[in-house]
Amino acid sequence: MDSALLVHRLHFAFTVTFHYLFPQLTMGLAPLIVVLKTMGLRRNDETYHQAARFWAKIFGINFVLGVVTGIPMEFQFGTNWSHFSRYAGGVIGQTLAMEGMFAFFLESAFLGLFLYGEKRLSPRAHWWSAVAVFVGSWLSGYFIIATDAWMQHPVGYAKAADGSVQLSSFWALVLNPWAWWQYAHNMSGAVITGAFVMASVGAFYLLWGKFETYGRIFVRTGVIAGLIFSVLQLFPTGDGQGVMIAHEQPVTLAAMEALFESQPGAPLVLIGQPNVETRKIDNPLIIPNALSFLTYRAWKAEVKGLNAFPEDQWPSNIALLYFSYHIMVGLGTIFIAIAVVAAFLLWRGKLFSSHWMLWILLLSLPFPYIANTAGWITAELGRQPWLVYGLMRTADGYSKTVSAGNGMFTLLGFMGMYMVLGILFLFLVRREIEQGPEARAESAH
Amino acid sequence: MTTLWFMIVAVMVAAYVVLDGFDLGAGVIYLGAARTAEERRSIMRAIGPVWDGNEVWLLAAGGTLFFAFPLLYASSFSGFYLPLMIVLWLLMLRGIGIELRAQMTNPVWLGFFDMIFCVSSGLLTIFFGAALGNVVRGVPLAADGYFFEPLWTNFRVGQNNGILDWYTILTGVIALVTLTAHGSLYIAVKTEGDLNRRARLVAQWAWPLQLLLTVAGLIATVSIRPGVLDNYKHHAIGFVIPVIVFGSLAVMMHAMLKRAEKIAFVASAAYIVGMLVGAAFALYPVVLPASTDPARNLTIYNTAAGEHGLAVGFTWWILGMVLALTYFTVLFRMFRGKVKLEDGGY
Repeated sequence: MDSALLVHRLHFAFTVTFHYLFPQLTMGLAPLIVVLKTMGLRRNDETYHQAARFWAKIFGINFVLGVVTGIPMEFQFGTNWSHFSRYAGGVIGQTLAMEGMFAFFLESAFLGLFLYGEKRLSPRAHWWSAVAVFVGSWLSGYFIIATDAWMQHPVGYAKAADGSVQLSSFWALVLNPWAWWQYAHNMSGAVITGAFVMASVGAFYLLWGKFETYGRIFVRTGVIAGLIFSVLQLFPTGDGQGVMIAHEQPVTLAAMEALFESQPGAPLVLIGQPNVETRKIDNPLIIPNALSFLTYRAWKAEVKGLNAFPEDQWPSNIALLYFSYHIMVGLGTIFIAIAVVAAFLLWRGKLFSSHWMLWILLLSLPFPYIANTAGWITAELGRQPWLVYGLMRTADGYSKTVSAGNGMFTLLGFMGMYMVLGILFLFLVRREIEQGPEARAESAH
Repeated sequence: MTTLWFMIVAVMVAAYVVLDGFDLGAGVIYLGAARTAEERRSIMRAIGPVWDGNEVWLLAAGGTLFFAFPLLYASSFSGFYLPLMIVLWLLMLRGIGIELRAQMTNPVWLGFFDMIFCVSSGLLTIFFGAALGNVVRGVPLAADGYFFEPLWTNFRVGQNNGILDWYTILTGVIALVTLTAHGSLYIAVKTEGDLNRRARLVAQWAWPLQLLLTVAGLIATVSIRPGVLDNYKHHAIGFVIPVIVFGSLAVMMHAMLKRAEKIAFVASAAYIVGMLVGAAFALYPVVLPASTDPARNLTIYNTAAGEHGLAVGFTWWILGMVLALTYFTVLFRMFRGKVKLEDGGY
């Protein structure tokens, strides 16, 4: 653990993984809150407005955690990855600065109105403030994805005389085809988190036998959104991203699937542990030819294995990459199954009395978080050993002036700080859920 | 184009200090000026809807700095690694201090969050002032444009700099006093009764200290870096800046005596802008002076991003700025006037 490179990588990995637990719910809940408020306006039903207020409270707590853990992300480009910032700042500085100018201002200005301005605004104006918060959070997501997409698939740049890269085409950067698929896949994943959290809280109320009117609204909204987006997560967004990786980063695909040898009719490994030393899968459970079909739409197509590439271009942690990819896909499949069964029961009018299904919904809450995290680990580990794919290696990008000791000091500091934040968050959200959505007298502080 | 971006970044930093400055200052006087639970809630309500938007100016300024001057961003952020990380932790503590305090019901924890909010606000003002002091004083830049400063060495201004030395501690204290007065005036504008009276009292007591420190800061700056006067010698227009600084101090006192709180607050903002613009004017075109060798100074020319990127960026920056100003005008209008506790929230 004394290598500065490792410390800086862990520093970013830890802080960004913790950070993204919050924005995924922010981005996932925002459109669902707009849906609740729209229902309230259209049906002129106070219950929906009250439901929206309840979720706005949870959204607000979550948003604060997202903001305070997000600020370090922007700083770390300069503090921990200064050589990368100097090299690529002329390109990705664009998208990061635009995030501040277009998304953060919008979000922060309207969040205050949305959370605390309901009494000062007309219902319609308050609805618009909810929409502005939704748009702001989704724009923010796009600029971050566009930045990451450029690192995965650099476009619109030219090499400058001092060795750095500089922007040559603004539209190529902003409309990077990689960003479109990644954004669609990522946002759909965020809505899955929002939908399952909503359904889970609803199921809790129904099983508890309290706040049942709200419980039914939450379960219904969550299950319908969960069904739509868990299907979209697989097709077309997940499929599109997979095909793109097969074309642009074939070595990443080989590592994700732990396909050590190139072969026609490559199998899809469902379960098994990759053994990088012996270059085999231990205890494999496979579907023959399926990987060839998914990648090239032909059962006997040749898929390149890791042996087709020089070892210094292999992703640096094949086992973790393989597992995070398989966990993501496995959980994604389970989400579809849960959502389909729950939606069927809802359609037959039996969902709210099916305790076994409500239990499944209740306990499903942590899994979309795991799937989203695993997806990001897949994307970022798959990019290794590159920091900017094909242009700059991760080992060349960190701050050479910041020693491993100083990096370790602040990494431990963040770990301590985030542990406290995490406990506080769980405590506050649990209390909101227990107190329930019904209107209550404002408690005096 | 690079000069234009220098001015844009300077304006955004100034906007951040003026805006977040008042809620930081409100945090500094929070424990002292607000004695009852209602008064504390009044302060929270006064800054609650706007502090997050104010803080976004820091992020937007940071992002713009990254985009326009990548090498400056890379060099200064890695060189100021430790103080920046401490600033991040303080910003986090303060953010949850404000937002999650409202969720607490037990008086023990309310007191704890109050303390966090007050202490982190105060420390942040000192760190921000010391950061500006570091930029004016210069840092030990190596030939490749990078450096690393420990938190302190021997507290002397020299080649072997630490983040904190007598000069940067002085600038930190200037920032603390200035923003305390600024925040007090904002609270005076937003509140009534005892809290209003105490906030005005703080600002009045801070004033002579502010005047004294301004003069001391000027003398100290000129003595450690005589070069700061060069731009003023060549462009006499620069002498408008000290006139603004001292003029707004005078207006502040005058307005406080006449109980014109809003005018005093605006004068305080003008004073802050004057101080920052004065520093930027003195440094230009240098953005990070080298204490080692002036040939290693980072300037706007050797740190700027490519021409095309800067030109494209200007188009969307204008658009983004117009939108942002629109939102903030709406927001401040919605929450204008004195704080009313029955409105809900915080």
